[in-house]
Amino acid sequence: MARLNVNGRVVEVNASADTPLLWALRDHVGLTGTKYGCGVAACGACTVHVDGVAMRACAMPISAITPEQRIVTIEGLSPDGNHPVQRAWRALDVPQCGYCQSGMIMAAAALLAEKPRPTDAEIDEAMSNICRCGTYNRVRAGIHQAARGTAG
Amino acid sequence: MSITMKRRNAFKAAGAVLLGFHIPTADAQAQAVPEVNAWVVIHPDDRVVMRMARSEMGQGTRTGLAQMLAEELHCDWARITTEYVTPGQSLARNRAWGNFLTAGSQGIRQSQDIVRRGGAAARVMLVQAAATQWGVDAAQCTARNSVITHTPSGRTLRYGQVAEAASRLTPPANITLKEPREWTVIGQSVPRLDTAAKTNGSLVFGSDLKMPGMLVAVPKRCPVFGGRVASFDAAAVRGMPGVRHVLQVGESAVAVVADTFWQAKTALDALPVRWDGGENARVQQATIEAQLNEGLTATEAFVGNSNGDARAAIAGAARRIEATYSYPFQNHAPMEPMNATVVWTAARCDVWCPTQNGEAALVTTAQAAGLPQNQCDVHRVDLGGGFGRRTTHDWLADAVLIARQIPGVPIKTMWTREEDMVQGRYHPITKARMTAGLDAQGEITGLHMRISGQSILSFVFPTALQNGRDPVQFQGLNAGGTEGAIGYSFPNLLIDHAMRNTHVPPHFWRGVNHNQNAIYLECFLDEIAHATNQDPLALRRKLMANHPRHLAVLNAVADRIGWTTPPPAGRHRGIAQQMGFGSYVAAATEVSVDASGRLKVHRIVAATDCGVAVNPRQIEMQVEGSFSYGLSALLYGACTVKDGAIEQTNFDSYNVLRIDEMPQVETIVMPSGGFWGGVGEPTIMVAAPAVLNAIFAATGKRIRDVPLQGQDLRR
Ligand code: FES
Ligand code: FES
Repeated sequence: MARLNVNGRVVEVNASADTPLLWALRDHVGLTGTKYGCGVAACGACTVHVDGVAMRACAMPISAITPEQRIVTIEGLSPDGNHPVQRAWRALDVPQCGYCQSGMIMAAAALLAEKPRPTDAEIDEAMSNICRCGTYNRVRAGIHQAARGTAG
Repeated sequence: MSITMKRRNAFKAAGAVLLGFHIPTADAQAQAVPEVNAWVVIHPDDRVVMRMARSEMGQGTRTGLAQMLAEELHCDWARITTEYVTPGQSLARNRAWGNFLTAGSQGIRQSQDIVRRGGAAARVMLVQAAATQWGVDAAQCTARNSVITHTPSGRTLRYGQVAEAASRLTPPANITLKEPREWTVIGQSVPRLDTAAKTNGSLVFGSDLKMPGMLVAVPKRCPVFGGRVASFDAAAVRGMPGVRHVLQVGESAVAVVADTFWQAKTALDALPVRWDGGENARVQQATIEAQLNEGLTATEAFVGNSNGDARAAIAGAARRIEATYSYPFQNHAPMEPMNATVVWTAARCDVWCPTQNGEAALVTTAQAAGLPQNQCDVHRVDLGGGFGRRTTHDWLADAVLIARQIPGVPIKTMWTREEDMVQGRYHPITKARMTAGLDAQGEITGLHMRISGQSILSFVFPTALQNGRDPVQFQGLNAGGTEGAIGYSFPNLLIDHAMRNTHVPPHFWRGVNHNQNAIYLECFLDEIAHATNQDPLALRRKLMANHPRHLAVLNAVADRIGWTTPPPAGRHRGIAQQMGFGSYVAAATEVSVDASGRLKVHRIVAATDCGVAVNPRQIEMQVEGSFSYGLSALLYGACTVKDGAIEQTNFDSYNVLRIDEMPQVETIVMPSGGFWGGVGEPTIMVAAPAVLNAIFAATGKRIRDVPLQGQDLRR
């Protein structure tokens, strides 16, 4: 039994200690917006915020997380889907299939929290998520637009 | 509707729980509001529901189809939503929705007629219903934005007010579609209908499905294709947390079924299994390479395109140029691994899954379920990527075989990424030996392109072979036709294929055989140009006099990139063109290669003539996506065989392009009208050759093998 603080709510998770945070979120907490892409920290589909930092949830066993650490998933990024990144994403029609986009958006939001006006090089550095549909150029444009605060 | 009732009864009969998970399907909808016709349901509040047969996998088909429907329906765009029909419903109504296949870049072009007619017919019926209510002639009424107006009196009715009456009318016998110049919705870059749900985690993919009492199955097939399970020790893992079942699946797979994915995967990893790979376990990458090499010079080959006598022309030529190219196995690797959720009882089998072909999924389901098709159905969800992988249903068959062993319980079968990588259906492996004969002035007198390697059709649809010949092998190389015609004329030409199949299953992979065919031809033409001191664009233009549409897109990219002016310092250019999936595309690139051999693709200009452009912004997105997919393939894409199995098991060993390597893309959409071409795939075929030609310009090195990874690009 682990206690996790997810999107501002404390939840009891009845899963073995080695269960990755990704699967605790999806199968125990019932939040399926966070996706499984590789399970080996190689794709970023599972990106969530842990104390504001983008983390790959497939590679974090719940035993490594304390109840004090604040986990935020795509469902909790904003109350109404209007985080600047989400607004920019809608304005530019960034997603194609959408499967990687929760991870993309969470990585982008964490980047902007740390660097409000990221350069292209900083985007390259922070955004190593895989998108097989190839939305990369719109992801970049979306981050710049969100940074300018001109989204929506 | 009866389908729903039957399903519910079947569950009750089996003592199973009702499905708590609601996916809006046309049958549920039809109970509440009668349809105007198969394509259109209009609610009393004017909400328009378009029913879809094709699948949305990111390519924007949902939005494009809705635009075509709305164009003729004259409905309020802001009130349009969509839902999937099931193949079972279509079957019961004599295939009212036509083809479900969402592949070959045909979601729009092969649906445009039936969908526009569906919209137009519904509009005529709605207008007639209003006219009847007013007691006036329908010819005096017009429809706009879901409002019908009786012009002489100015009276109005909304679609929602007459939809029910319209549903009782006989569909019109004759429909006149709008002329392209009258279009107001087709051709507009309207925003996608499905973006919001993809930005807040609410879109439910197949792997997100939840049903009461559902269990999760994680399977593993024999890593050697064609191999089987020799034995496995279920007792060793049965006591592990959450484990409910340890099963054999058909002859070749095992599965662990547990309460959650992680429990099932953990137990599966611990399950002792002995595989019998049979003969195929002895196959190595070198075995396959040798087989293909033999085909390069074999006497027998299937002819794809020929004119004149290329062999004689080459034999008698003043000069000969020869080169051998290759293209490897590649995995589709959509971001969402294969999955399907199945409820099986002795009386009925229902499947919820992402598929590119609902009808084929139904056939697979019925076969695996041991039930007739009318006792099965397939409920679709949006796909987390397809790229061709989800046109075939090996994963679904196994999911049904698993659920069949646990009657009445919803079973979500989920592949691990590792399983997805080693149980793919791969881009076919081929090589090509290119030979050209030149006269004393350096003009091409004859060209022979010998392809050696795998045929997709011989594995997927052997009945479609033509006396053993695979016509799909020659995509983009055909003498003519509307699908993929060669853009050059040679005085003597021979393109032939020595079919050399392997035990690794090939499949349609975004771009399909164009991917290698375009590299072989476009890079070899570049070789000839450099060997004869000709400008690569000028050489092509000489050969393209009879191919004006091919030439137009090539000229467009050459102009935009500034072909006649020198590139910025350190950058070098390459071009390529090809026709495929009914569209003409060309690309011009600027690359640099630094002293350590590091490649950077700075800029790609792409031109597409797809005849009609339904949504230019969506086309731009498809062009960008095609470059990303095509450059991934060029830079990293290779699956290799060891002891009969694929060696690459995850994104750490099968790398793909990320944002830092994605070039700037400038898209020119130049629809010339009069035909409908695809856009999801065509651009991918020019990505690799344009970059390879630019690499030669930068380094003087001709790279003839894909991928670039592991090759030295230093000058
Ligand atoms: S699923 Fe976690 S990084 Fe890929
Ligand atoms: S949008 Fe499909 S994988 Fe990124």
